[in-house]
Amino acid sequence: MSKANELTKTAGAFDIRNFIGVLLGIFGVILVIAGMVDYTPDEAERTGGIDANLWTGIGLILTAVFFIAWARLRPIRIIADESTEVGDGNEATDGTGTTETGDTRA
Amino acid sequence: MEDIRLDAQWIDYLLIAIYFVFVLGIGWFAKRGISSSIEFLLSGRSLPAWVTALAFVSANLGAVEIMGMSATGAQYGMPTMHYFWIGAVPAMLFLGVVMMPFYYGSKVRSVPEFMRRRFGTGAHLVNALSFAVAQILIAGVNLFLLGTIVNRLLGWPLWIALVVAAAIVLSYITLGGLTAAIYNEVLQFFVIVAALLPLTIIGLNRVGGWDGLVAKVSNDGMLGAEQLSSWPGEQLSGFSNPVLSVVGIVFGLGFVLSFGYWTTNFVEVQRAMASKSINAARLTPILGAFPKMLIPFIVIIPGMISAVLVTQMTKFKQIASSVDEVTAQSQTGVTYNDALLLLMREVLPNGLLGVAIAGLLAAFMAGMAANISAFNTVFSYDLWQQYVVKDRDDAYYLKVGRYATVGACIVAIFTALIAGNFANLMDYLQTLFGFFNAPLFATFILGMFWKRMSPTAGWVGLVGGTLSAVAVFVLSETGVFDLPGQGAAFLAASTAFVVDIVLSVIVTFRTAPKPAHELRGLVYSETPKTDFEDLSEPKPPMWKRPVPVAGVALVLVIILNVVFG
Repeated sequence: MSKANELTKTAGAFDIRNFIGVLLGIFGVILVIAGMVDYTPDEAERTGGIDANLWTGIGLILTAVFFIAWARLRPIRIIADESTEVGDGNEATDGTGTTETGDTRA
Repeated sequence: MEDIRLDAQWIDYLLIAIYFVFVLGIGWFAKRGISSSIEFLLSGRSLPAWVTALAFVSANLGAVEIMGMSATGAQYGMPTMHYFWIGAVPAMLFLGVVMMPFYYGSKVRSVPEFMRRRFGTGAHLVNALSFAVAQILIAGVNLFLLGTIVNRLLGWPLWIALVVAAAIVLSYITLGGLTAAIYNEVLQFFVIVAALLPLTIIGLNRVGGWDGLVAKVSNDGMLGAEQLSSWPGEQLSGFSNPVLSVVGIVFGLGFVLSFGYWTTNFVEVQRAMASKSINAARLTPILGAFPKMLIPFIVIIPGMISAVLVTQMTKFKQIASSVDEVTAQSQTGVTYNDALLLLMREVLPNGLLGVAIAGLLAAFMAGMAANISAFNTVFSYDLWQQYVVKDRDDAYYLKVGRYATVGACIVAIFTALIAGNFANLMDYLQTLFGFFNAPLFATFILGMFWKRMSPTAGWVGLVGGTLSAVAVFVLSETGVFDLPGQGAAFLAASTAFVVDIVLSVIVTFRTAPKPAHELRGLVYSETPKTDFEDLSEPKPPMWKRPVPVAGVALVLVIILNVVFG
């Protein structure tokens, strides 16, 4: 696999932020649906009257939107580098050191 | 142990299934980036800091920690916070600020390799072998716990759970190497938070909010309000004197045990080594410190809620404190370790329950994957390439890395089966491997800052320190002296630390040091400052620099200690 191939590939497809966004988004949609159609009295008793699935679902969808928007707004840029040495120029300039990410959903 | 059968419905299984599709998908996608051993074993050193930081936290957020910390929370309450605020955050910051420049800047591929470059093959062999064996055993223990949980929650036979879990870990690591392990750790982090944060909020809602929890815990008729402040934590440290307790926690847990673990454990350091620049490597543990100091709120608080909300747990705690834990377990069929599961069963609706089960399974597998991915690096580079088959092309070592992964998973399955039959043996072994950490930290820190320290001193100090820790442990186990609670572990680690330093100093003055020109990048005084900086990039802004960010983290953790002290 040549470096040139990697250049075109990595820039588009494999960004962990998309993975996170899609997974949390699917989870969110499923939970929102469950919360809307299947909120039973038994469940209300368990949670003390919160529709937990619905609210968690909404939270997950918002987080998902955040990650996908982040990946769209600041995509990974690969600077091609002929060197195949360790620590070569796979520069991913995508918001390194974003202190905020540690806190946004913790 | 009794079953804690969770009432999982099709919607829960659907969520779990979707999650595992993503887990394997990550392995599949990560595979496309792998063409060399460094990409397989160190992610090609290309990952951004926030990814490695979350992986750094997740690698240690296995289910053992989640269940264990919520159990300790159910038992002692807020003093459990020390395992995060005292026992992790300061050491993580120290790793990022002081030690990471040496690890990353010297371009070594593993912690044992740093050992070899600094002290030669004696210390290296001791370190690499003990680390490799320990990782396989711990992977086995993780796997066994996963099997037990699946068995108790969902009713699957133990061996099926073991094989399925090992197969999943194996497939995504052999496909995608460290990148797959790290990306899965990041994904796992979010799934865990998605499960535990609602669990905490719903639990708090059920006990009447924070005030309700405070009132219930203070009036539980056992430890009472003592469980609501983290200091002085006498129950946790086992010292009845509050001053001794504080000293014990700060030095025993906060200094010797935690610095030994966080700064030399290759499972953790490897995550930072996979990052794309020296700045990102240093930021890895420092950024990780922020989620790390918030995690106890969604792990320990649910444990405390469980102890006052779930009838079975409350009853267990009452019998445990009036009689003992064994009686309590035989009467109620649960232990403190079940605190989190019982709360999940009590309050989570189907749907959210599926997210929670997925999160726990993910945590177990991530724990095991972290051990395996660290093992295969040390095995390929430090044992195989160094001592068995040298000087082959890189494709060969990539293949060795993949075979090592397969071998490690198979051995882990058998270790898990053994662990099931000899639970105590495994406890002892884990404690034993813990003893390697304290002297390691002493040797590293001396070696990084004292250029005179000789290669012989490196391995003598390590071996002597470890043996002295084992000696202290054996003496306390056989009753020669009696220390309560965590006292024996604290003393063993401290002894190892002191013995290592004393031996290293004595031996150094009787043996020849390494020539100064071989110490560049390895010893502070012999390394030009520019080696520790990445000159290919412009200097990052203040809020992306390790030292200021670490300062903010330190202030925050002090505030947390004051507010919840």
